[in-house]
Amino acid sequence: MRKLRVVIAKPGLDGHDRGAKVIARALRDAGMEVIYTGLRQTPEQIVTAALQEDADVIGLSILSGAHNHIAPRLMELLHARGLDDVLVVIGGIIPDVDIPKLKALGVKGVFLPGTPMQDIIDFINSNARARV
Amino acid sequence: MIPPPDPGVFPYTRGIHASGYEGKLWTMRQFAGFGTPEEANARYKALLAAGGTGLSVAFDLPTLMGRDPDHRLSLGEVGKCGVNVTSLADMETLFDGIPVGEVTTSMTINSPAAMIFAMYLVVAEKQRASWETLSGTIQNDILKEFIAQKEYIFPPRPSMKLITDIFAFCAERVPRWNTISVSGYHIREAGATALQELAFTLRDGIEYVQYGVDAGLRVDDFAPRISFFFNAQSDFFEEIAKYRAARSLWAHAMRDRFGAKDERSWKLRFHSQTAGVSLTAQQPYNNVVRTALQALSAVLGGTNSLHTNSLDEALALPTEEAATLALRTQQIIAYESGVPEIVDPLGGSYYLEELTSRMEEGARRYFDEIDRRGGMVAAIEAGFPQREIADSSYKFQQAVERRERIIIGVNDRSSKENGMPDEHPTATLYIDEAAGERQLEKLAQLKRTRNTVAVERALDAIRGAAQSGKNTMPPILEAVRAYATVGEMCDALRQVWGEYEEVAVI
Repeated sequence: MRKLRVVIAKPGLDGHDRGAKVIARALRDAGMEVIYTGLRQTPEQIVTAALQEDADVIGLSILSGAHNHIAPRLMELLHARGLDDVLVVIGGIIPDVDIPKLKALGVKGVFLPGTPMQDIIDFINSNARARV
Repeated sequence: MIPPPDPGVFPYTRGIHASGYEGKLWTMRQFAGFGTPEEANARYKALLAAGGTGLSVAFDLPTLMGRDPDHRLSLGEVGKCGVNVTSLADMETLFDGIPVGEVTTSMTINSPAAMIFAMYLVVAEKQRASWETLSGTIQNDILKEFIAQKEYIFPPRPSMKLITDIFAFCAERVPRWNTISVSGYHIREAGATALQELAFTLRDGIEYVQYGVDAGLRVDDFAPRISFFFNAQSDFFEEIAKYRAARSLWAHAMRDRFGAKDERSWKLRFHSQTAGVSLTAQQPYNNVVRTALQALSAVLGGTNSLHTNSLDEALALPTEEAATLALRTQQIIAYESGVPEIVDPLGGSYYLEELTSRMEEGARRYFDEIDRRGGMVAAIEAGFPQREIADSSYKFQQAVERRERIIIGVNDRSSKENGMPDEHPTATLYIDEAAGERQLEKLAQLKRTRNTVAVERALDAIRGAAQSGKNTMPPILEAVRAYATVGEMCDALRQVWGEYEEVAVI
């Protein structure tokens, strides 16, 4: 089986990329292929990157409060492109009340500040499936 | 080891004033802002009423990025992380009933600093406050944006031109304004060590002075208005040493490297803020204690102004209750601890003096490295400070995972270990979409009522100044008076200068 391919993206206008970069390195050190898109990616750009990179996982880092706009659009686009089997996880500052809404959209994992990197690695390893 | 000279004596390691806080405490300046200008205006009035002694404006991401609320990238971001200011009309509302001639205002704005500052100046004009005596600060530090915070618009070199335009304009017209707050705060939050924060920030300061001098300004005409902004992190003595080393490094750089003659050019003044990144979502009440210790280190290090974070900031923007407790934390240090009565009380401690010297030496090594690379702008273009910081932040995270670094409530004494749920504050601030909708309506109305011809003419003049290399401040002021928006003014400059895109390194 090939390695898991993960697109790490930072949507929205926010530039705080410490978390995105740290998790990108951690996933890479855990044996995954990581593609970091850089800052200010629209949902359209992220989905295009996922298609082009044949991604198994999309990880979003959002700290600005824009998740309620970004996640629905991203999930809609993934569905339209037939990418429903891509595992989507979000890390960042997400108010408790918004977590069920994100889960209902199909976001599988929501990771809040202080989550150990190993928990995220384990979650991805047990929930994502590398395509053949 | 020879102890450093007394406080108030070059190179000011022990403080820029001989008498320390005697007679004048630090300014208690709490950074705040969210939603519409109306909402933020109410919060500022509450902070002033609670005994805050200065204002500090947080702008939302669209404003920081020079985008109007009706731009597609602003979707979902208006009013979320700060207050939205689109045009002069919003600035008039923001300071409604607050006499700008009497308070000092700090504005955290960088890429569009010239536009927001121009709005503040026009508000002062309308309140009949003189520019001659107007006092406050704009952050205006673009280098740390490229290095860490990443809210840049234009490429580095034209961005530096905007900044030297402000230096020149203020030297002549707004002499008491702090034209730049050279910031290590964001560099540290992005994962830098204390030494990297110190070295990159001071080297950024040197770069600004160099550009000012290269633009034909006399160093003593603008250097006294440069101020600094540092992080107050958790390693107590290391932080105090950092502030002391910073004063000495700056005094030497200004006197020896630039030949500044005015003592005010030598004296490093700084604001500090406790470390947002040290706050935990788990057991959030622990954050009050972290913040108190960090604030104490800043006071022992001689901070001139201070912001203390609220306990709920790993969860959301602070509630008014949490923000008040944060301010009370400073007030307890100021009025109960007795610490402010003695200047640099830890001076002469063998440990602290040793740490201070090591910090200075380490920073000088980084200065040499950056000089070899052709200065900070060239080092940034090559990704040097960005890579150094990314390495440090990853190492830190690994140390946390291995429990070589303890974070109480997270990797030690966690609630999970004890089978307890995390105790959360009863309420956190939730910002809905109403501010975004309100700002969109106001913008549409503004566009219907203002004089379009005057706006277009003013935007043309901005483009003209950018092309010819003339000072951009006068045409920006004209555009502000015509109610041009932040987005329109930034677009005018985008058309001439283009936009910066970084090569992401992980």
